[in-house]
Amino acid sequence: MAEMLIITGLETFYGKIQALRGVDLHINKGEIVTLIGANGAGKSTLLMSICGRVKARSGAIVLEGLDITKAQTHEIIQMGVSQSPEGRRIFPRMTVMENLQLGATTNQMAYFDEDVAKVFDLFPRLNERKNQRGGTLSGGEQQMLAIGRALMSRPKLLLMDEPSLGIAPILVRQIFKAIGRISKEEHVTIFLVEQNAFHALKLADRGYVMVNGAISMTGTGSELLARPEVRAAYLEGGAH
Amino acid sequence: MEYFIQQLINGVTLGSIYGLIAIGYTMVYGIIGMINFAHGDIFMISAFIALIGLLILFGAGISWLPFLLLAVLILSMFLTAAWGWVVERIAYRPLRGSFRLAPLISAIGMSLFLQNFVQIAQGARIKPLPPVVSGGFILMDSGDFTVNLSYLQIVIVVLTLVLMTGFSLLISKTALGRQQRACEQDRTMAALVGINVDRTISLTFVIGAALASVAGLMFLLYYGVIDFFIGFLAGIKAFTAAVLGGIGSLPGAMLGGLLIGLIETFWSAYFTIEYKDVAAFSILVLVLIFRPTGLLGQPEIEKV
Ligand SMILES: Nc1ncnc2c1ncn2[C@@H]1O[C@H](COP(=O)(O)OP(=O)(O)OP(=O)(O)O)[C@@H](O)[C@H]1O
Ligand SMILES: [Mg+2]
Repeated sequence: MAEMLIITGLETFYGKIQALRGVDLHINKGEIVTLIGANGAGKSTLLMSICGRVKARSGAIVLEGLDITKAQTHEIIQMGVSQSPEGRRIFPRMTVMENLQLGATTNQMAYFDEDVAKVFDLFPRLNERKNQRGGTLSGGEQQMLAIGRALMSRPKLLLMDEPSLGIAPILVRQIFKAIGRISKEEHVTIFLVEQNAFHALKLADRGYVMVNGAISMTGTGSELLARPEVRAAYLEGGAH
Repeated sequence: MEYFIQQLINGVTLGSIYGLIAIGYTMVYGIIGMINFAHGDIFMISAFIALIGLLILFGAGISWLPFLLLAVLILSMFLTAAWGWVVERIAYRPLRGSFRLAPLISAIGMSLFLQNFVQIAQGARIKPLPPVVSGGFILMDSGDFTVNLSYLQIVIVVLTLVLMTGFSLLISKTALGRQQRACEQDRTMAALVGINVDRTISLTFVIGAALASVAGLMFLLYYGVIDFFIGFLAGIKAFTAAVLGGIGSLPGAMLGGLLIGLIETFWSAYFTIEYKDVAAFSILVLVLIFRPTGLLGQPEIEKV
């Protein structure tokens, strides 16, 4: 099977603090792969490392056969990676439309109308709010916008950092449904970081568990869901 | 009444010059949160470029005014923009990500360097320029006082209006302006949508310098004398204008420039000319006491 992303021995530091301690993982084309782990495990750091926002001290990140470990962020995005980041990071003083236009930076908005229609189909709420400023949207709407914005560049690999964080359960279901649709209809490879391990493992083809900056377990979604260690650490009270 | 109208005309002219410089301060502050103390000196350099350009064209026997002004304007915009780019590249970019005061100190150093460089290269003495654009209209004549509106004042105000309108449209409507605003609001996210943040920052310096260069040419034509020190006072006034209007806000910079020009002119006209610089700063202090974000500045509305 062709690999979209291969990460080997990745180590990342913030000053003297080591955040990633030799991460190894791979993502195949067309897969949904999820990464679960406790607070501070290094999940967001891994996504930012893939995007070149945090520089790796050692190890390699290879995207479709190309080494991107030392590339700059905008070059990596140009190559087809996109991220819906932790905390959503909507441009607060820009409208929903402007946020989406910025999402289409790498293709100079060449497919803008077509892609906006797809995003609005996925999240009709955004259509109703299109001229509203990003900073005034609700948390759930911001999350939809963050995902929509990430899709506007027509990515090959979509990285999502905790899209269900701080969002009402009914919206969480809607967002997970949308992730499934993006994978099926747009054939986007998805790497999903989640605290909501139950939903994520149900949706994903495969999963990784991160502890303390390194991968501690891997398997298919249903395998991991069945493991007692996973259930104890990440699903207590969360399986609903 | 006539006297008042004359001061209004003079104040708006001066305010246009300050406003054009103020945009450079406010944009750089907006995008990297730094006061570019060398910006006033970029303005000063542009006035020298314009002076040298004019003298060369005079020497070549060119005297058709529209061509002369346009040629010098374009030449000065390009060369000054290049200076702005170089300053960012060598004095600020290497310090990005270092401690907060580092670029500020570097900016003060760059300001001193530019002043000394021009002082050595061009001499410290005042450089005069014979009037290039002369003549005008007499708007009112009451016998003992006439209200003059010179052609030059018209050129200055109209050109400023055109530039500010064009520039506002660039920022609010084009992809480039959107990318610029994205970098202001969240630099990491801007990079994550594929914007080349370093290039956008460079461009901000280039645009700021180009606008300041227009102010430099106007200053040269309006006052007819320049020296290596003009950037200091004009820079501080324009910076004051930017803070008065609300640093980071474009309409604020334009409004602030206009107000500082008017305050300074009216103060000199009705009170004493010695304290005209103090007047502008006093108003600034007053405004900041009651509105710390400046007249049009908004407090951050970021939602956590
Ligand atoms: N900018 C930073 N500077 C210093 N340390 C940081 C920085 N960002 C993260 N860290 C540290 O790196 C470690 C990993 O953080 P990271 O944000 O990657 O964890 P995470 O798995 O995403 O956690 P969460 O589930 O809470 O989002 C933590 O110990 C954190 O304190
Ligand atoms: Mg995180």
